[in-house]
Amino acid sequence: MFFTYTRRELRRRARQASIIALGLALGIGLVITVTALSSGVKNAQGEVLHSLYGQDTDITVTKAPKAGSFFAGGGARFRFGGSSSGKRPKAGTKVTIDNLTSTGLSTLPSTDVTSVAKASNVAAAAGGLTLNDTKDSITIPSTSGGNGGFGGFGGGGGTGTFHPPTTMSVDGVDLSGNAAALGPLSAAKLVSGRTLAASDATSDVVLLDSNYATSNKLKVGSTVTIAKTSFKVVGIVSQSGGSDSTDAFIPLARAQALGTSGGKSLKGDVNTIYVAANSAQNITTVSKELSTMLPGTTVTNQNDLAKELTGSVTSASNLASNLGRWLAIAVLAAAFLLASLLTASAVSRRVREFGTLKALGWTSRRVVGQVVGEAMTIGIIGGAVGVGLGFLGSALVGDFSGSLTASLGTTTGSATPGGARTFTGAGGFPGGGGGGGGGGFGGGAGGGFSRFRGLANTAPTVHVHLTPAISADAIIAAVVLAILGGLIAGGFGGWRAARLRPAAALARVE
Amino acid sequence: MYKLTGVKKDYQKGREVVHALQGVDLTIDDGEWLAIQGPTGHGKSTLLQMLGGLDRPTSGSVQFGDGSGEDLAQLRESQVTKVRAESIGFIFQTFNLVPTLTAQENVEVALVPLRVPAEERRRRAAAALADLGMADRLNHLPSELSGGQQQRVAIARALVKEPKVLLADEPTGNLDEGTRDDIMALLEKLWRDHQLTMVVVTHDSTVARRAQRLGIMKNGRLSIKQDTRSQPSASSQPTSAI
Repeated sequence: MFFTYTRRELRRRARQASIIALGLALGIGLVITVTALSSGVKNAQGEVLHSLYGQDTDITVTKAPKAGSFFAGGGARFRFGGSSSGKRPKAGTKVTIDNLTSTGLSTLPSTDVTSVAKASNVAAAAGGLTLNDTKDSITIPSTSGGNGGFGGFGGGGGTGTFHPPTTMSVDGVDLSGNAAALGPLSAAKLVSGRTLAASDATSDVVLLDSNYATSNKLKVGSTVTIAKTSFKVVGIVSQSGGSDSTDAFIPLARAQALGTSGGKSLKGDVNTIYVAANSAQNITTVSKELSTMLPGTTVTNQNDLAKELTGSVTSASNLASNLGRWLAIAVLAAAFLLASLLTASAVSRRVREFGTLKALGWTSRRVVGQVVGEAMTIGIIGGAVGVGLGFLGSALVGDFSGSLTASLGTTTGSATPGGARTFTGAGGFPGGGGGGGGGGFGGGAGGGFSRFRGLANTAPTVHVHLTPAISADAIIAAVVLAILGGLIAGGFGGWRAARLRPAAALARVE
Repeated sequence: MYKLTGVKKDYQKGREVVHALQGVDLTIDDGEWLAIQGPTGHGKSTLLQMLGGLDRPTSGSVQFGDGSGEDLAQLRESQVTKVRAESIGFIFQTFNLVPTLTAQENVEVALVPLRVPAEERRRRAAAALADLGMADRLNHLPSELSGGQQQRVAIARALVKEPKVLLADEPTGNLDEGTRDDIMALLEKLWRDHQLTMVVVTHDSTVARRAQRLGIMKNGRLSIKQDTRSQPSASSQPTSAI
């Protein structure tokens, strides 16, 4: 009798029941969409951090460069190809420059990596080098007429030829044991060829980023020159950082052998240590321990980085957690209120009916049960539609949200005094000017470089796609909300029905 | 079946107190047919509500049942509900059928509180309707039935549980003359066949005259005008003086 009575009654007031169900569906759908959006943003943030530091990396250790070291004599220098004498070549000579340098970070000895790996609660540690390979080709101009000479590229000289240098970001990757699972390469996906193996430790082999390979028409088997050394492309990988990802990965030992920092060789050095804690609960403890073990370094963990993420991924996170959450709560509260009022109204219209049932011997509990059951049926229907709307809403958000960007804040890692900088346009080339610039150019970057890579000095930007994720918890929450909505509405209406005395109910004129 | 002693019922209407019943004493024997007539608003329906346990008197007692019986005024709500479910059938002026249920389902509704299994419920409901000539209307909704047919369904609903008492509040109030006579003839037949104790509230003299005893409600007080119980055509119960 209960199901028959419920079915018939809901059919009788189908329009009202539909309005209640739709209200609940909208509220529940919004809750699911906002929850999915929050999960998606969290996943996107995680993806951002993983793409920068690798899947399993919990902590990074870096060291800020000394103030002014970049532009001091010890800074990166460009040396003329083949000339170590520092003497200026003859006018008209074509000179090739190909330097692999570490800029923006000081170096740490590789022995520090060993010490970190032995620290308590550390599962694994790996050293890495974050470098730039800068290539340029210039023709030595004549020095007549008191022109600027090497006051800057394109300055003076009249007949000098200026080509903006090209830069390729290069990461030296530790391929030994557990270390291979840490660092940015661990988050990259192999597209073709093979990845680097432990046996490649001293080989001139390279993995290229897929975007870099495409734009430079490179493939597996091609050759790439890094620091005037030919490297064979053994594999192509894709990374989520898009155009800001590392262009090339080479074995750490080769990067150490070929790279320089401030004119000094990088043999035996790294400029980033990637650390994995043995559990998520120990990340903070390990961070503190490493700060004590390696004074003067910057120890950063995922939690610190998450707070410093900027860009549209952070905006999406704020939108979901603030506006989205409160909007969902408001709509759900309104839906519950509407359901309660309409159910109470329906009970009022059925006063004579319920009075008759009581006169026939129906207990108050049975009458209330009928009312609550009808309301919960509407609630469950609304919940089911709401789950559908939630899936639809999440899909639409995923389709129309496009790509999100994320950048790290300016104080991350080893920031140089004055905060992060990007060097564009005419940089300073101190030491130039006048006639004979002589050997190396003081300073290195500028003019045509779009950015420096590295943790300090710049805010690397990563592009990720927002994919809202609906979890089983969200669906269970939706069902609970639907039942709760039905209970609230039915309880309110049922309470009114229970209070009716049969005589009073039968006396009402409908 | 009933013994009412000093039953009073007062209602608060704003600042005013309405004395709907002013000390009613009444005895109704088993198998008796009592009609209660009187102008509107003088307490007829209120008295019927006391007899049916639909409301409690302000003071007095309403003894119901065989022997000393139970005082409906003193029982808990759940106990009174049980008495109504098992022993008292109601017929209302406006039929009071559930609009979304069929004729058969409306009759079944009376058996639900008695926890009768579904199959037996359906069978008994169909039989009750068939007895009243409604066998071909089992699956009709109330909106698809005439007034007389709806009242037959209501009568079937009242009798399907085989009650001791049938209480009818203006059972022919919404019916035309012809249908009224049909329904009253039906009720009379059922009263005889089932040996029911029947109390009919009516303003219609034609209806009232058919009863064994006729009481007149005026200003909340009851007086017996006619008592035909000792006559051959009525049940052979001794006269009960008020």
